[in-house]
Amino acid sequence: MINNFKFSDHFKKGNIFSLVLFCLSVFFIVFKGLNFGIDFKGGTLIELRVNDKNINIRDVRSSFSNLNLGDVNIKEFGDRGDFLIKIEKADNKNDNFIPKLKSSIKLNLSNDISFRRIEKVGPKVSEELLHSGVLAICLSLMAMLFYIWIRFEWQFSLGSIIALFHDVMITIGIFSILSFEINLSIIAAVLTIVGYSMNDTVVIYDRIRENLNKFHKVKIEDIANLSINETLSRTIITSFTTLLALFSIFFLGGEILRGFSFAMILGVVIGTYSSIFVATPILKTLRVSYKTIEKKEEEIIP
Amino acid sequence: MLNFTKINILVIYVLFFLIGFFSFLNLQNNNNLYIDKKVNLGLDLQGGSYLLLEIDTNPLIKDKIQDKVVPIKKILNSNEISYKNFNINNKIIKFNIEKNDIDKYKNIFLNKKKNSLNIYIEQYKSYELDYLIYNDELSIFYSKYGELTINNAALKQSIEIIRRRIDDVGTKEPTILQRGEKRILVELPGIKDPERIKALLGKTAKLDFRLVTSDSNEFGFEKLISENGEELQVSKRIIMSGENLVDAQPRLDNQNNQPSVSFTLDRIGSQKFGRTTNKNIGKRIAIVLDDKVISAPTIREPITGGKGNISGNFSFQEATDLALLLRSGALPTPLNIVEERTVGPDLGEDSIKSGTKSLIVGFILVIIFMIYKYKVFGIIANLSLFANLLMLVGILTMLEATLTLPGIAGIILTVGMAVDANVLIFERIKEELKTEKSIIHAFDIGYNKAKITVLDANITTLIAAIILFAFGSGPIKGFALTLGIGILTTLYSAYFIARHLTSIVVLNNKKDSINL
Repeated sequence: MINNFKFSDHFKKGNIFSLVLFCLSVFFIVFKGLNFGIDFKGGTLIELRVNDKNINIRDVRSSFSNLNLGDVNIKEFGDRGDFLIKIEKADNKNDNFIPKLKSSIKLNLSNDISFRRIEKVGPKVSEELLHSGVLAICLSLMAMLFYIWIRFEWQFSLGSIIALFHDVMITIGIFSILSFEINLSIIAAVLTIVGYSMNDTVVIYDRIRENLNKFHKVKIEDIANLSINETLSRTIITSFTTLLALFSIFFLGGEILRGFSFAMILGVVIGTYSSIFVATPILKTLRVSYKTIEKKEEEIIP
Repeated sequence: MLNFTKINILVIYVLFFLIGFFSFLNLQNNNNLYIDKKVNLGLDLQGGSYLLLEIDTNPLIKDKIQDKVVPIKKILNSNEISYKNFNINNKIIKFNIEKNDIDKYKNIFLNKKKNSLNIYIEQYKSYELDYLIYNDELSIFYSKYGELTINNAALKQSIEIIRRRIDDVGTKEPTILQRGEKRILVELPGIKDPERIKALLGKTAKLDFRLVTSDSNEFGFEKLISENGEELQVSKRIIMSGENLVDAQPRLDNQNNQPSVSFTLDRIGSQKFGRTTNKNIGKRIAIVLDDKVISAPTIREPITGGKGNISGNFSFQEATDLALLLRSGALPTPLNIVEERTVGPDLGEDSIKSGTKSLIVGFILVIIFMIYKYKVFGIIANLSLFANLLMLVGILTMLEATLTLPGIAGIILTVGMAVDANVLIFERIKEELKTEKSIIHAFDIGYNKAKITVLDANITTLIAAIILFAFGSGPIKGFALTLGIGILTTLYSAYFIARHLTSIVVLNNKKDSINL
């Protein structure tokens, strides 16, 4: 492993790259929007498995076209005749529409059907879920900000929070670009990414603080280079084992966990990158030096 | 950091075995052991239905304000307050009174003692009703706390009735919980057909017996359509309601094999029923369920025994459900299903399979990589990873936590991230070994310096897990729980178990043979 790679020479490139990616993400989120699942938009979702291989999406659609359900989206996945039906309607008062739909599908399509999953989320509940999801992400960012502020100096706190925000926005941005569905499990993934990315940043920050204490006269760029290099093999190994676990979920964990594990994989890659190329350069921009941490030194190191 | 006293070692491993032991409880099939604890499978793994119901108190409050009309008029009359333009609009009673009567009215209205009209609720320090005066127009409506009292009573009663209905159907281990002020959460594990229960919960089942009148001049009747399409003029006066029922059972009519529901009335109900049927022989009596006439038989003879029969145009299943609804009583307000999640048992099984598969594969990949990377110390890291998993499952078992599919993902993620603590420590030691001559010293310093970093790094993830646990629902909560507990067990296994194992290796080998 290269142990004296000059990361600081590439900070500028990294910053530009991040900025472009970030702006692109914001652009897509604002103008293309997010593909919210029924958790956040309300609606009905039905997953069914038919054992007749000849049945296709059009057959499924026409099996309940008599019910006038409005906007219906049908997707086929896997290789065992699994279909996902998404209906925007989730009328509270009309509780009869799911049994009607089920019997209509059974009658017109095939009797040999299993309804594997049915989810219905009313408009009020979906609004609350979205609200609490956004609140949870904001709260976790604030909690991190506060924690780092206690453990380090405000410059570190600011740097890590910008890196976190960068990770979250780009992950969501990629979901927007690819039109992948945002549901409750994606919020869980984003929160885990926040924790993971913070974890990664803290390891480097910890080392920067230690090295600032050790070498009073050395420039922050060199301290950064040294610290990143010293922790680099740890950064890579941990990201690698985490990715091993995540890819295992992505490929073997089934359809329900696919979105979650995809978001996590993105998050781990972006989070690892941002600890080096976003969180660390900010310390340089904020002119962090030995003096920054001097006052607090006795309190911190036990 | 490498010195352990015998007591240290004893405590470390006793605690580990105690916690780890619990994870094996999940393997036993029968409940014959003294400690009967197991990890529960979430609805997404064992199949079942999750329903979130919301009560709608508006109709109830409208009814209640209607009930206030007579008492208000009575009090106004008895206190010689003249009023005009008395009307009810939605949930508000309005009328006009003379301006100089307003103080007199206030005194009556805000009387804390002996006030049958406007009860003072001690608990909230508020009156049941509120009023507004605009010029000489008076508006009376339920106060915030008055509505809350009605709401809370209705919610409590609804939960009770839901429980009775679900128990009557005979599902195993249902969960029925209050969620906030207006909602009730119902979890039905392992249920195959949620539609029947949904239909049962969706019915208010308000039953009353009223007379059918032919005289269109009579005061207070409404037009209702009966099951067979006949339009009937039904009196608004309720002879007897479902509250007077003590039992209801489905049965088959001997003569025509038609299913019907037989019911038994309580003492008051039988008296009322007997009196009315005696007086109205030849007339028809309408049996009204949720504002629909299910049947309107003609009274042939007085019914005094307190037993009766409802025959209608229904199948045996419908008769069974009607009897069940009547036995459980009427819901005070209509219920709406605002969220529903049903997982079929086959998908649950598939999820368990794919979850387990990805856990095993992820675990093996990480193990192989660690041995490849750190040799002997890789084995130590793997042993501590294994101990970590045992303890994680052990704690989940102790808490009798619910394992969900995202929860399994949380365990896999823990596997991936748990080695981080050991990696941090090993990498630190590697660095120290470059400058430090004494190997024991290097390990000592390495562990010490890495301590703060490991703690800082894990606390951040723990914060995320706690917030997720507080905000998440159902399956996501399961994920947050495994992730959070995973961090605690990771710290324990890395800092006690792995450190002890490392000390054994380091203290018994020369520097040359130590290969990190």
